[in-house]
Amino acid sequence: MLHLYDGALDVPKILKAWYEEESQSNYGAYIPFVGTVRSEDGIDGLSFDIYEPILESWFLGWQEKAKAKGAIIKMAHSRGDVMLHESSYIAAVFSPKRRVALEFIDAFVEDFKASAPIWKYDLKEGKRLYALERSTAIAGSGLLSQR
Amino acid sequence: MVRVEFLGPIQKAPLQLEITNLSELAEILQEDEAMRAWLENCAVAVNDMLVSSLDVELKDGDRVALLPPVCGG
Repeated sequence: MLHLYDGALDVPKILKAWYEEESQSNYGAYIPFVGTVRSEDGIDGLSFDIYEPILESWFLGWQEKAKAKGAIIKMAHSRGDVMLHESSYIAAVFSPKRRVALEFIDAFVEDFKASAPIWKYDLKEGKRLYALERSTAIAGSGLLSQR
Repeated sequence: MVRVEFLGPIQKAPLQLEITNLSELAEILQEDEAMRAWLENCAVAVNDMLVSSLDVELKDGDRVALLPPVCGG
């Protein structure tokens, strides 16, 4: 399940809703990861662009991987501006036993950082600045620079 | 016509081009001074599927997207 929201995430509401959705599903483990905007380098917040068609197919691939392990994965992300100490990202894995969920959330979040088509900007002094130095080129990048 | 879109931070309007493969697109975009740095770090999707070869053939109505480095979360 993939949810996109305009602006900051309502973390308690989302975590509670996910907990309640699966409360009768017989999962022994619910492991959420929450990403919150920290104060650093004088930023006022972060801003995000998302390309939804590829994000959805990427997420579908991970849902299939989770299913193969008897687990499920849920994710929420913000579009647009998210200010300091607000949250822009939640990922959670539910699985019968804890080990699968702990390993899965790690692999999922790492691949999310490297592959999910989301672009981050720093909000600073009224400007929206692309965070190129903190971004990762998607595997296979550079194709069109070949001769 | 093939529609070419530049996603995220690339400040470039979409193009409509008469091209039949990605090699032709590479040639056209390499002529654009402002695009050269982006070409080195962009991934490419055809009809929302990431591709890894310039040999991909394109037909009328196809959509190509350039995806610069990402950083969700």
